[in-house]
Amino acid sequence: MIVIEGLTKRYGDHTAVDDVSFHAEPGRVTGFLGPNGAGKSTTMRMTVGLTPPSRGHSTVLDAPYSQLANPGRNVGVLLDASAQHAGRTGREVLTLGAMVMGLPGERVDAMLELVGLTSTESKRRVGNYSLGMRQRLGIAHALLGDPRVLILDEPANGLDPAGIHWMRGLLRDFAERGGTVLLSSHLLHEIEVIADELVVIGRGRIVAQGPKAELLHAAGTLVRALDSAALKSALDQSGIAVVATRAGDALIADANTEQVGRAAAAERVVLTELRAAEGAGLEQMFLSLTADDSREEVTA
Amino acid sequence: MTATASNPLTTDPDFRQVPRVPLSRLCRVELRKSWDTRAGLWLLIGIGVITAAIVVIFLLVADSRDTTWDNFLGATTLPQNILLPVLGVLLVTSEWSQRTWLVTFTLEPNRSRIAVAKVVATLVLAFAAVLLALAVSALATALAAVFFDAGGIWNLSGGDFGDIVVAQLMAVLQGVAFGMLIMTSAAAIVALFALPLAWTILVNLVTALNDLRDWLDLQTTNIALFEHTMDAEAWAKLGVSVAVWVLLPLVLGTIRLLRREVKSA
Repeated sequence: MIVIEGLTKRYGDHTAVDDVSFHAEPGRVTGFLGPNGAGKSTTMRMTVGLTPPSRGHSTVLDAPYSQLANPGRNVGVLLDASAQHAGRTGREVLTLGAMVMGLPGERVDAMLELVGLTSTESKRRVGNYSLGMRQRLGIAHALLGDPRVLILDEPANGLDPAGIHWMRGLLRDFAERGGTVLLSSHLLHEIEVIADELVVIGRGRIVAQGPKAELLHAAGTLVRALDSAALKSALDQSGIAVVATRAGDALIADANTEQVGRAAAAERVVLTELRAAEGAGLEQMFLSLTADDSREEVTA
Repeated sequence: MTATASNPLTTDPDFRQVPRVPLSRLCRVELRKSWDTRAGLWLLIGIGVITAAIVVIFLLVADSRDTTWDNFLGATTLPQNILLPVLGVLLVTSEWSQRTWLVTFTLEPNRSRIAVAKVVATLVLAFAAVLLALAVSALATALAAVFFDAGGIWNLSGGDFGDIVVAQLMAVLQGVAFGMLIMTSAAAIVALFALPLAWTILVNLVTALNDLRDWLDLQTTNIALFEHTMDAEAWAKLGVSVAVWVLLPLVLGTIRLLRREVKSA
């Protein structure tokens, strides 16, 4: 269980993360999606106490991360697979982690086997690893302490399609056993393959969140009101589920426009927007969010 | 995929009751980090080889009456006094340059405990270096006793040995302090040698600053330590200069380490 409430990070005039709130629930793989520089990594660093937030707070397993005793035994963290000493062997990286956490040496072998690093590969220095191998090593490191929660920043980066498939199996299994997974990606198709829940972030703000299926094939009605809380309770009273949220307090309701309109009218809620949510809305939104980045890719 | 894959994660109700990582374990991990990379291992080997080499050279060139245990050990102090601070710097700055703080601080979010572990690990390494120097110089003394008529005098006192231990522990601690304060290897090492040198030159050139030299120049105040002529006044002077050149940077460096945001890129 990860709870993030109102996390904000400012660097001078620049707001890298702006009032971000979401939950990652046990049993679910929560995908944190956004273009490069959207604030995913900063949010994750704040969650594990490496970056002090300007405002807001977060808890992992009901406690601020910094107050967890021996956090590696409860929370597996991979923030940057390349942030390992290039002169250390893969096995040594895991051995150091196991020492800190107080784990037996066999755990290192078990994790190497789990992520598919051979004995020969594990004795090579991390500086000679491909990005995919570093990711596997990072996953092994995150899983060392048999944690309940995984926080993984761009773990699929550098993995080939087979590797992504493998990671999906691994994380799904972890979630099915009751684990909480929060993983970030800047690639929609990657997240689509792995995650159950989506939190979409752009320019530091959350622009959409909800179950993957709902967000990707958004049917239903997009509705916005002057008083968002009143709208929510009006929908609730009419038995209409809110399946997702969008920027500017807009809700995606699981009903047609007439039903939503009636529900709002019954509770005298003033609507400012009411229309059918277009399909593939997430993809459209994500494309517009990443427009700046894709322009860079063309010129690069 | 493995034995861990089948059982549910949340069956153990007390999963949060894991005890905190003991400080002794953090110290052992930091110690291990000093030799588990190629660069780190070669630096340690280098310190060992240079220590041994300087004793061998002294054995070959010294007048036989000078081949005393005290002199052999004394020959090792200068090279170790230069290399140990570098070791201290690198044990801190490599975590920045290799970005491994990301892992170190997520496994132990209490950064002050990591700072303590770094300090303890470097002190242990420095003490081990002095013990090596003691052993090599004892061996040389024994050889000198066999091969030279008037050589190989076992004149080392516990106090003399203590002086050298103090000098080298201070040196390595200064390295850790500068590493924490400056954070990049090259800049920290340059500052470690250039700043005290510039200060020594200044206070020696300007007559008006000679009082400052006697109290605030570590290169002046630790001469008595190497010459084993420490008295109460010498300890006072050494203490004041250590406070300025070692403890102050250590305090400021620790504050910086505790507050600094750790980023991945």
